[in-house]
Amino acid sequence: MADLATYLLTGLGLVFFIAGTVGLVRFPDQFSRLHALTKGDNLGLGFIALGVAFQAESWAQLAMLALIWVLALLAAGTVAQLVARAALTEQDKP
Amino acid sequence: MTVWLHIVAIVLLASLGGALWRVWRGRSQADRMMAAQLIGTSGVAVLIVLAALQDWTLLVVAFALALLAALAAVGFVTSQSPDGAGDPEEAHPPKGWRDRGRNG
Amino acid sequence: MSVALDITLCALVLGVGWATVAGHGVFRAVIFFITYGLLLAIVWARLGAYDVALAEAAISAGLTGVLLLAAHGRLRRLNASQEVPLHLNLPAAVVAVGIAAGLGWAWFALPAPTAPDLSQALPQSGVGNPVTAVLLNFRAWDTLLESVILLAALLGLWMLARDHAWDKPLGLPYHARPGGVLASFGRVLPPIGLIFGVYLVWAGADTTGGAFQGGTVLAAVCLVTIMAGVLHAPRVEQAAWRAALVLGPGVFVLSGIAGAVFAQGFLALPPALAKPAIVTIEAALTVSIAVTLVLLVIGPPDEGEQDA
Repeated sequence: MADLATYLLTGLGLVFFIAGTVGLVRFPDQFSRLHALTKGDNLGLGFIALGVAFQAESWAQLAMLALIWVLALLAAGTVAQLVARAALTEQDKP
Repeated sequence: MTVWLHIVAIVLLASLGGALWRVWRGRSQADRMMAAQLIGTSGVAVLIVLAALQDWTLLVVAFALALLAALAAVGFVTSQSPDGAGDPEEAHPPKGWRDRGRNG
Repeated sequence: MSVALDITLCALVLGVGWATVAGHGVFRAVIFFITYGLLLAIVWARLGAYDVALAEAAISAGLTGVLLLAAHGRLRRLNASQEVPLHLNLPAAVVAVGIAAGLGWAWFALPAPTAPDLSQALPQSGVGNPVTAVLLNFRAWDTLLESVILLAALLGLWMLARDHAWDKPLGLPYHARPGGVLASFGRVLPPIGLIFGVYLVWAGADTTGGAFQGGTVLAAVCLVTIMAGVLHAPRVEQAAWRAALVLGPGVFVLSGIAGAVFAQGFLALPPALAKPAIVTIEAALTVSIAVTLVLLVIGPPDEGEQDA
């Protein structure tokens, strides 16, 4: 049962990771690319962490996995805002 | 399960390789920085999978990577600001930033 | 299946390594180099060297990227050339190929080293992590000199300061929009990083971690607070900061002399006292490593480029 959950959730995570990469490669402008990877990848990481969590052996490992995801979300939100803003001011310049 | 986790790690590395194409191609610097960000997130995911495969100690490495994931991008936006020490959210750099001291 | 994983990883490392040195454009090379560090951390993880993977991850994600991007930003503000010359630098290429060939030859020609059996000596080292045992007990001499090298590097960097900037704060005067995303990030991340860094030093005695890894994480989060304008960088004259720089090497040398006087020799640790001595040295080293790395990344006293 736990193994089945791991298969499903990590598989779903991979789908989001691939979607993020395809978005980064195929989307036409930098703001849509930023949107694709920030959302796709971190959802993917969440599913991978959740899937791996079903294999964990202790509560400490579960807590670590959850914290890793929270930290990744914090980093992604910060970076998306800052890089988009930097790209915007870059565009204003002649 | 071991085989499946290996496959997951390989697909994650392949997706990371796709992002490398964007680093090579550009065109803007923001594009390259964002691709590096994606590669960092994929790296965290690979380490989580390796933790389940090899040794749960690797979660500490994944944690370090996730904690410091935003640093390069923060360094990037700071170095791109007009005086190399600013914040892109200060839409227009404060007047007279060249002469301003630390407490200005 | 694990062979396929390793081959994919090797191909990525070689590809990224090639992309870093090939082509032109400083910025692209910098980004590829950041990626290279991340891939190397995964390679070390695959090889089972978890302490090295941790150090590589912290250094490449936390410090090298910030340092190189700041250097690139400065080049851009000075309107310096962003192009890397595309022609082959023949002498450099010959030396690089020669070193690679020599290392490859040595790998096959030399007899496999017969490492002393650590498992017998480990109980006497006072710690359970073999890496920490080697770094701070069996080969403490190397670690002592390394901690001094870091200090020497910082002194060399400070010599680049201009005379009139000497009493100014180190690095650029960072500022951020009050209450903005960057300023908030600079306040949220450090508490987590502080706990994690101290945990790494404490856990390093028995599992993955150590003074260098913990110090690097502490340095990285300290750097975030400085870049977010939350903390101000110190000045060269501030005595407390100078004391922090020499604390680690100082405690290390003192414990070495104590070993020479009371035990078998310089840097020798009697097994009964080894654990407390190692934890004390590591704690002091962590402070010095963290402060030195932060000051190395933010650079010499600087007032910006008003004369550029």
